[in-house]
Amino acid sequence: MKIIVLIIGLAIIAFIGWWFFGKHQVAAESAEVTDDRQVVDVEVNGGYSPEVVVLKKGVPATLNFTRKDSSSCLDRVVFSDFGINKALPQNEKQAIEIDTSHPGEFQWACGMDMFHGKLVIK
Amino acid sequence: MTITKRFWISLVFSLPMLAEMILKPFGWMMPGGEWTMFALTTVVMVVAAGPFLKSAWASFKKHHSNMDTLVAIGTMTAYVYSIYAMATHQPVFFESAAFVTTFVLLGQVFEERMRNNASNAVEKLVNLQAKDAEVVRDGKVVKVPVSEIVVGDVIKVRPGEKIAVDGQIVEGSSTIDESMITGESMPVTKKAGDSVVGATVNGTGTFTFKASKVGGDTMLSQIVELVKKAQNSHAPIQGLTDKVSEIFVPLVLMIAILTFLVWYVFIGASVASSLIFAVSVVVIACPCALGLATPTALMVGTGRSARMGILIKNGEVLEAVNDVSTVIFDKTGTITVGKPQVTDIVGDSDQVLAVAASLEQSSEHPLATAILKKAKAAKVTFGDAKDFEAIEGKGVSATIAGKQSFVGNDKLLDDVTVSSEMKAKMAALQAEAKTVVFVGQGDQIIGLIAIQDAPKPTSKAAISALKAKGLKTVMLTGDNQAVAQAIADQVGIDQVVADVLPADKADQIKQFQQSGKVAFVGDGINDAPALSTADVGIAMGSGTDIAIESGGIVLVKNDLRDVSKALELSKKTFNRIKLNLFWAFVYNVLGIPVAAGVFYFIGLTLSPELAGLAMALSSLSVVTSSVLLNRTKITASAEIA
Repeated sequence: MKIIVLIIGLAIIAFIGWWFFGKHQVAAESAEVTDDRQVVDVEVNGGYSPEVVVLKKGVPATLNFTRKDSSSCLDRVVFSDFGINKALPQNEKQAIEIDTSHPGEFQWACGMDMFHGKLVIK
Repeated sequence: MTITKRFWISLVFSLPMLAEMILKPFGWMMPGGEWTMFALTTVVMVVAAGPFLKSAWASFKKHHSNMDTLVAIGTMTAYVYSIYAMATHQPVFFESAAFVTTFVLLGQVFEERMRNNASNAVEKLVNLQAKDAEVVRDGKVVKVPVSEIVVGDVIKVRPGEKIAVDGQIVEGSSTIDESMITGESMPVTKKAGDSVVGATVNGTGTFTFKASKVGGDTMLSQIVELVKKAQNSHAPIQGLTDKVSEIFVPLVLMIAILTFLVWYVFIGASVASSLIFAVSVVVIACPCALGLATPTALMVGTGRSARMGILIKNGEVLEAVNDVSTVIFDKTGTITVGKPQVTDIVGDSDQVLAVAASLEQSSEHPLATAILKKAKAAKVTFGDAKDFEAIEGKGVSATIAGKQSFVGNDKLLDDVTVSSEMKAKMAALQAEAKTVVFVGQGDQIIGLIAIQDAPKPTSKAAISALKAKGLKTVMLTGDNQAVAQAIADQVGIDQVVADVLPADKADQIKQFQQSGKVAFVGDGINDAPALSTADVGIAMGSGTDIAIESGGIVLVKNDLRDVSKALELSKKTFNRIKLNLFWAFVYNVLGIPVAAGVFYFIGLTLSPELAGLAMALSSLSVVTSSVLLNRTKITASAEIA
């Protein structure tokens, strides 16, 4: 009996390692440009989907964040390079304007810096 | 449902179980026994802990984990096991699941409040903005919202009103309280032609001004923008927590399973007690405390400094300040006023000034400006001069009230007689690196005027405050050695680097960087390269936009004494970040083994409830410690001096 428990326990540990530390595909999305604007909807639920947003340089961009998750971990979104720190009330669409004049990769994160997303401007 | 509501529900349904826990030794049993506990806990689990579970599952699907993962797994394990135990008639621990949920929610309620507290500096700034203003449109005065004011509008300001936007006074004068922008408590007198800043408060006068900057261009908007960026910037020290937080939760889960296995398989404890240890591990671990340590302190620190008129641009600056050993100053406009001033007059001062002013009134030379300013300040009346004649490279002569008069430099001395007493005074003044102007009538020198770009009245105190902190002070200037040294001696600077070409300032900074981190204080366009080369660039708020853009710290008040305050505040904030991180780490490093029962054999264990309470307190204490930054003392040394 104890041997079986031990094996199951070790198997769970191995699974946790593979699930969280293994390489997994992240959802990425490129913005479509319409009428000289680009808009991307980001759903906030246990993280960000998509997690990587690709924007075109020089075209005004809006990211619409909608928080479905009730966790207080995710109740703010912070773009440290742009000085944006916005509260995300649950189930409300919050538009965030992004200045796309400089190309580069920019991280965004939740208020506690636990969840991350990436903005690529090129 | 809000966190507060969830907390209250959780508390109300947990209380009967708490009562039972306390009253059990006195023989009181809960009516309905385990079934009542099961019902109460189920309500708590569904209503209060449900959202944890949902959030944990959502992140799990994305290969992420967070705080909620730990809370959800901890409480669910206790709950599900208790149902199993109830079915098989073994001891249950429903109350653990309910209590942990209550404590975690309690922590989050407080934490949310504190976090709002920490981040409201920007809101306070934005709220300074006036709501509307009286604008003159088509000859009539109409009230319009601030957002509708355009550049060029003429705005009327009555006593006690807030000034809407930035501009120049067209008519009228008043005293204006600018403390909200500069932190300077003394009201400033303003008259036609002077600039006014939006969000400052008019005193007793009435005036009209022309709007020059509106919307996002106003000083207030720019300060708000800077503060926002600073508060949300990333301090390099956070790189560490970023890495830790990524692996933290899965690691804790692994440790919890190991804890169970060790207790159950190797030590031979019962399933129930092994499980309690494992649940305690999951519940006590708190990655939130780590994640909150830096951002909250950064927010409070930069917010507080902004209220003092010191804008710290980002977390990197804070970190760099910590190791600064040398502070280098630009001379002109930073240590000195930046405009030459009359410092001494030898001879009959009214007569000397009157003659000099008459001769110089049409000149635009900086020295002439200084003389005219002094004459006006001393209320000396001076008449017109006729028959102007330039004495090539020496000065100027003219006829004043029928007398031949002249003013000029020491090359004039060949042509006129000068008393030995005057000569001695001249030598003394020149030794102090002052520019000496000779004033004469006929062929006699009647007096001397000494002119110098004098140090600001606060410079000396500012330098001594820095020296008291053990910092080395250096002055960098394009002026010659004698002039520079004289100024340095007056304000107490340690070292002078003179004759530096504007283009070489950055190179000089690099030289100093070889022996330690360097802060540079400057204001001009030519200072911009040095400001960005230095580890910490401190720009004077009166300086050019380019200088302000290049600096990491901006002193809005233009008070050099703020250099010492800025350094101290940065240091305090950074130290608070380090303290927060230290405790957050120590808490987790100590808490997890205790919860795992490592110290069981010396009698030290933690129940899941206590572990939950500890976790709630740990993130709360980190945020509290950050908010307390608002209360720390900034040494008075600068103020006394």
